[in-house]
Amino acid sequence: MPHSSTLKSNATALRTLEGLRVGESACIVSLNVEADLSKRFSALGLRPGNWVRVLRSAILGGPMHLRIGTTELILRRHEARSIALAP
Amino acid sequence: MKRVALLGMPNTGKSTLFNRLTGAHAKVGNWPGLTVELLSAKLLVGDQMVQLIDLPGIYDMHGFSDDEKVVTTFLETQTTDLLVVLLNTSQLDRQLNFVQQVMQQRVPVLLVMNMVDEAQKLGIHVDTKGLSEQLGVHVCLLSAKYGQGMEQLLPAIRKVLTATSPSHPSGVETNHVEQAFGQCISVPSQASHVLTESLDRVLLHPWFGLPIFFAVMLLVFQGVFAIGKPLQDATAWMLTEGRTFLLEPLMATWPTVVQGLLLDGLYNGLSTVASFVPLIVLFFVFMGIVEDTGYLSRAAYLMDALMSRFGLDGRSFVMLLMGFGCNVPALMGTRVIRSKGLRYLTMLVIPFSLCSARMQVFVFFIAALFTATQAPWVLFSLYVMSLLMAMLTSLLFKNRYVNNDAFILEMPPYRFPTLRQIVLRGWQEVRHFLHRASRFIVIGVLLVWALTNFPIGVGAGSIDSWAGQMGQFMAPVLSPLGISAELTIALIFGFVAKEIVIGSLAVIYGLEGQMLVDTITSHLHWMQAYSFMLFVLIYTPCVSTIATIRNETKSLWFTTLSVVWPLCAAWCVSFIFYETATYFVRA
Repeated sequence: MPHSSTLKSNATALRTLEGLRVGESACIVSLNVEADLSKRFSALGLRPGNWVRVLRSAILGGPMHLRIGTTELILRRHEARSIALAP
Repeated sequence: MKRVALLGMPNTGKSTLFNRLTGAHAKVGNWPGLTVELLSAKLLVGDQMVQLIDLPGIYDMHGFSDDEKVVTTFLETQTTDLLVVLLNTSQLDRQLNFVQQVMQQRVPVLLVMNMVDEAQKLGIHVDTKGLSEQLGVHVCLLSAKYGQGMEQLLPAIRKVLTATSPSHPSGVETNHVEQAFGQCISVPSQASHVLTESLDRVLLHPWFGLPIFFAVMLLVFQGVFAIGKPLQDATAWMLTEGRTFLLEPLMATWPTVVQGLLLDGLYNGLSTVASFVPLIVLFFVFMGIVEDTGYLSRAAYLMDALMSRFGLDGRSFVMLLMGFGCNVPALMGTRVIRSKGLRYLTMLVIPFSLCSARMQVFVFFIAALFTATQAPWVLFSLYVMSLLMAMLTSLLFKNRYVNNDAFILEMPPYRFPTLRQIVLRGWQEVRHFLHRASRFIVIGVLLVWALTNFPIGVGAGSIDSWAGQMGQFMAPVLSPLGISAELTIALIFGFVAKEIVIGSLAVIYGLEGQMLVDTITSHLHWMQAYSFMLFVLIYTPCVSTIATIRNETKSLWFTTLSVVWPLCAAWCVSFIFYETATYFVRA
């Protein structure tokens, strides 16, 4: 079914950090944020090529607790949405 | 004098290293062209004095934040002989870019890899010699917190400063640093803090996290009370004895006016304030321990979802908590927030944080009018009220000051505070108090004494004295809140600094220690006292806070708003409380 496979590839192409579940890891491919914020993200380890793991998520739509290498961060879901992951 | 600047990302232990190197002798100072004050100290390196400057922690040398601008302006305008670049050894991978940027600054560089204790626990190994050779700069591996490896730092600084051809790395290629780091640093593939992981599983639990957090805070307040109250009583007793057995006999032959001024004015006022020092120091020590363990970033995580509904974020909440110590550093701490809207909103709510100066007013009144079992709960209710006022304010103003900053925060591993850190913090607090005492409190209590004892011939603190007249003038506004003339005078002076409130009551009543407490107990109803406490909690904390807000925002309009709004709110809340409470008591 070619139709569903395009849908699927679209969905995977749009995979963002927000959708990553607790305990899962993935590789960052791009940051869709403005230059200044992108610098700050990179300085904290959120940069293309790095692997990120979700340690936990706060309730009521609160921030995500992440680990990149030996660095742990908290990040709001809104910002996590702008970080694209490799399928 | 040669100039050495300390540079690094936030959370690399810069202030710990700075304190370790300079003791507690640092001074804040203005620099030409910079909008903020920087901490600096003189340091003896070998046989020469150098000036050590603590630059703000930044993530990027080419960024656009205020702190980043401060650093670049500083490096452009001031000749710097050496940049000591501080790195967190356990997270070197993400600091590579920063090291590269710093090495392109054409200033001699010394790399200090801090937190080696944590890196060792993670199994990270650094070949400092290899790294130093490849990069052409000195590299020190140390722990500023525990002092491990500190002995190499000063000789290394001296070596760079005295070198004939300073070894600043000219034209470092972009991937050169990466290569060197890759070759000289080994990180095990599965490096994680085991203790932190298991603690977080409990403390960041989706359902239990917040209740645990509030329980911890309640425990802190209870602890401060339980240990601090006896200490405060002991100090007050000693100061009273000092007056009776030392000062009164000594001054017996002096003129009455001088005796009155020195004993009833200065001594009563100052000693009443001084008796609270143990309590304040304890509070700062306890809050400091909570801060040093890394629990505050967890608080930001736990509270962010809630705070976002009020237009704030987790950092605003942490600043509010810091404000429980003193509002001024908390206001300055908002510099890390990049969105102007969020920063202003946070600065508008911080003054509602029940700071330690206000706490001493509350502790005094609570001890006078409530039982020992009620006391901690009454104090806790005021802390809750303080947060409620902050929330109400942000709800009212969140559409005016809109947050458009991203929320991203480092979560450091849990750390044990060292005794050294705790002692240093306590000492800094005592110093801070003495500093304020010399500026505000002495002048404040003397002024109160003059106002309550003049014009000549009137009874001290009577209706005919200047203070009495001021109290009467304000009576139509404040008597609906149950606030008496004596309390009104204390409120007026409390505008300058809350430390003066209790001191001025001592002067107004001409009493100190237990006698003052007994008088308050017999003169006031608990509802009046609580209404007064609400007013003290909500209206302007002190002149320093206003000055800081003015300084940080450079906006007269915002500064006016931050004074007028709390004043109106204080009146309304006290009015509602007092009228409701008296209605129910009468019924």
